[in-house]
Amino acid sequence: MCGNEACGEGAILAGCRFYAGYPITPQNELTAYIAKRMNETDGVFIQAESELAAINMVFGASAAGVRAMTSSSSPGISLKQEGISYLAGCELPCVIVNVQRGGPGLGNIGPSQADYFQAVKGGGHGDYKLIVLAPATAQEMMEHTILAFELADKYRNPVFILSDGLLGQMMEPIRMPTVLQKSHDKPWALTGCKGRSPNIIRSLYLGDGVLEAQNKKLQEKFNRMKETEVRAQTFNTKDSDLILVAYGSVARIAKAAMDEARAGGLKVGLIRPVTLWPFPEKIIADACSRTKKFLVVEMSAGQMVEDVKLAVNGRARVDFYGRMGGGVPSEEEILQQIETLMKI
Amino acid sequence: MKKKNSKSTKKETPALRVDSSSVVLARPESLYDVENHYCAGCGHGIIHRLICEAIDDFGIRERVIAVAPVGCAVIAYDYWNFDVTEAAHGRTPAVATGIKRVRPDNIVFTYQGDGDLAAIGTSEIIHAANRGENITVIFVNNGVYGMTGGQMAPTTLAGQRTATTLNGRSLKREGYPIKILEMLAVLPGTKYAERVSVHSAQEVVRAKRAIKKAFRLQIEGKGFSIVEVLSMCPTYWGMTPIQSADRIKNEVSTFYPLGVIKSC
Repeated sequence: MCGNEACGEGAILAGCRFYAGYPITPQNELTAYIAKRMNETDGVFIQAESELAAINMVFGASAAGVRAMTSSSSPGISLKQEGISYLAGCELPCVIVNVQRGGPGLGNIGPSQADYFQAVKGGGHGDYKLIVLAPATAQEMMEHTILAFELADKYRNPVFILSDGLLGQMMEPIRMPTVLQKSHDKPWALTGCKGRSPNIIRSLYLGDGVLEAQNKKLQEKFNRMKETEVRAQTFNTKDSDLILVAYGSVARIAKAAMDEARAGGLKVGLIRPVTLWPFPEKIIADACSRTKKFLVVEMSAGQMVEDVKLAVNGRARVDFYGRMGGGVPSEEEILQQIETLMKI
Repeated sequence: MKKKNSKSTKKETPALRVDSSSVVLARPESLYDVENHYCAGCGHGIIHRLICEAIDDFGIRERVIAVAPVGCAVIAYDYWNFDVTEAAHGRTPAVATGIKRVRPDNIVFTYQGDGDLAAIGTSEIIHAANRGENITVIFVNNGVYGMTGGQMAPTTLAGQRTATTLNGRSLKREGYPIKILEMLAVLPGTKYAERVSVHSAQEVVRAKRAIKKAFRLQIEGKGFSIVEVLSMCPTYWGMTPIQSADRIKNEVSTFYPLGVIKSC
């Protein structure tokens, strides 16, 4: 199964019964797969007229209490930002998948991680945060999608899956997970007001201080996510002179470079953030007490590196190696960077 | 609660003390008893009420899910005693599509102004109609952006002065007023399109009939129905309420003809 299909199957396993999307490469396998599976599971699939319509159809389905998802690739995700802000403002759960491609603009259809800022720093207007999961395998594309639906319902907030063209289209064997769906009561959902007073879904708060109070409530929720939902993988962080920091498909290449460096006698570790927001800043901060060199590798001009620097807070040297516009850093390139830095 | 008393058909002199058994026109259950925030002479209040009457007439209040627009009616949920969601500007039919597809037994309608539906949301309304979504659209056309200060709308008439067309809308510079219903009527997915007005008591009765028909078609699963309601905006037309009503009769409805545009 390719990563995009694994993501689609994960959504079905998680009980997602509404999907709306618009064709764009390199996420097309997901749309095609989920179109077929929604048909088989009596779910709803809509090929929307635009990304704007797709995210707002998801808004409607989510407001009506159904697990809903949309997916796209970078330019399409830019179009969805308006809707994402409304979903966050209205506290509606849903899952949004970005199979990133090269940018800016139309860019190309090669893999990229250049939408990191957009995903973790807000993207749309207003103060809001999304949990951002960064899978690294087709298996995780499936598992993270299932997890994403749980987290979305748990917090009544959209959850983002930040993948890339490499992960989306790469074929890998999948072990089908057993999913124990928790049932989430949604007394807030729009179902018709039979036997209760009407429900209203809104992000509009007029009147002195009302919106600020609502924002404070949202920030408390985001803080709860920050305390509870940090996920990361660490390798050899106890005894390393240099720690690599990479996520998603690049984390796999970085791990191979780490293994190679270790085989050559270099003490190298790896921290792989699994949630990009909340960011595993404490794990990185703790590593600073032992390790004085960090090398961040991304398929971008350097975005996550800023969060690593914030976490390190001047206590260690932070270097960056990146490729852009569909370029993928090779194991050799990373190894070369490691060797150069180890000599400093 | 609407109460009818068949015995009191004879016209009675209005008394200071109203005997509730003789009330023939009461506030619909679907309409909250709250203060009206709309400007004097605005059509929204009438249209809100007509929708609520139609919903009560069908006894579907507990099944209704409404999608409110961005515009003057953005807080429609402050008036409506049923489930309501907001929607991003113009995305209203997309949100309604999401709701109706997962809850086909609910009655889903959008309430949209001319900016929401005929400018920023043209894509969403055309494709919702073309898919034949089984929803009802109430399209309020008053020819200006009211909430933001009376700017030109796509439906603003030629020569009409607005905050952004100080010398009047020039067809050469700003293009032509859009006849949305006529556009939507060519789509096979559109099952019913009627243009009505609320500028006189007679037209209000017609408007109610059209709104009821649009809801009935949805209840029967017939597909996409839209009612365009020509409405007054005295504040941004720079007119009195009476002048505004006359303007619809003499000017607006000659460009936007009233009546059934499509019914099948």
